[in-house]
Amino acid sequence: MAVGEVMRMEIPSGGDMSVTSPELHVLAVDDSIVDRKVIERLLRISACKVTTVESGARALQYLGLDGDKGASGLKDLKVNLIVTDYSMPGLTGYDLLKKIKESSVFREIPVVIMSSENILPRIEQCLREGAEDFLLKPVKLADVKRIKELIMRNEAEDCKTLSHSNKRKLAEYIDDAPSPSPSPSSSTHDDSSAKDFPSSKQMKSADEKFSSLL
Amino acid sequence: MELGQMQKSLQDYTKSLFVEGILDSQFLQLPQLQDESNSDFVSQVVSLFFQDSDRILNDLSLSLDQKVVDFEKVDPYVHQLKGSSSSIGAQRVKNACVVFRSFCEQKNVEACHRCLQQVKQEYYLVKNRLETLFKLEQQIVASGGMISAMDLGF
Repeated sequence: MAVGEVMRMEIPSGGDMSVTSPELHVLAVDDSIVDRKVIERLLRISACKVTTVESGARALQYLGLDGDKGASGLKDLKVNLIVTDYSMPGLTGYDLLKKIKESSVFREIPVVIMSSENILPRIEQCLREGAEDFLLKPVKLADVKRIKELIMRNEAEDCKTLSHSNKRKLAEYIDDAPSPSPSPSSSTHDDSSAKDFPSSKQMKSADEKFSSLL
Repeated sequence: MELGQMQKSLQDYTKSLFVEGILDSQFLQLPQLQDESNSDFVSQVVSLFFQDSDRILNDLSLSLDQKVVDFEKVDPYVHQLKGSSSSIGAQRVKNACVVFRSFCEQKNVEACHRCLQQVKQEYYLVKNRLETLFKLEQQIVASGGMISAMDLGF
């Protein structure tokens, strides 16, 4: 196996070239002080960064969606997930969900709704509006773990569909890098075949690995 | 009292709270959220619950004592208390709030007054029991013992 192929196998499927492990930053919205404390711990213990706010209005302010240009510079702390209570005074969780999905900047952020009331039409309405999931309160650690896995899987999927071009770029990068075996002409050759059949090359390597285990 | 005995007392005491329905399984979620960096989480969140509930019960009493009771105000308070009691596993308080809300819906002032008394009773009960629980824990820790999450569950 050429050095280049081994390196390709070890690239995480996220296609992200950065070394840091991703930590979700979650914005949690709840008018109950007790629930905010609980949800914050649930998320922190699940290795997430957490920001809690007490209302939909404050959430919009934090995201910079409230139309107030003077909103905080904390906007550069990218939010990966919004978890919001449904029944809140003023803006409900549903209102907040709609505002987020209407925003061209934030509509891709997954929104999870929490509610103590198991009302099917409410759940359907939220899912139809684009909510990622609906959690019944009281929220448990298992619920948070499940949501986190769902979100991270979705992010990896998104990166996969983007990363075909990334994989090609990476293949070029590796083949251009100094390595013991390939001569300049063969690396160009490898490069073009990598461009055309990146996945089949990977599959071949996987088969080779598998057969060596048998 | 010897340490082993104290720990047994704590376990028995905790178990009784579940058997009597004062606490439900949600309470068992809380120790799972406690770690070295947040070693006081359970007592902190319970204290927060007490503070918040005292406030809500006070506001509820005031609202129900008005000449004309505004149920648009009363119901959200009960909803809040129902939510927070549910989040920490204070089952009987939560159940009393559920009953309370149904009478709010019916705009039945008399029944709501009775419900408030019932909620207060359940609240003072769980408050008393949890304060005793934490005292038992403190005694164990003061005697050099350790509380594990297992001591709070079974």
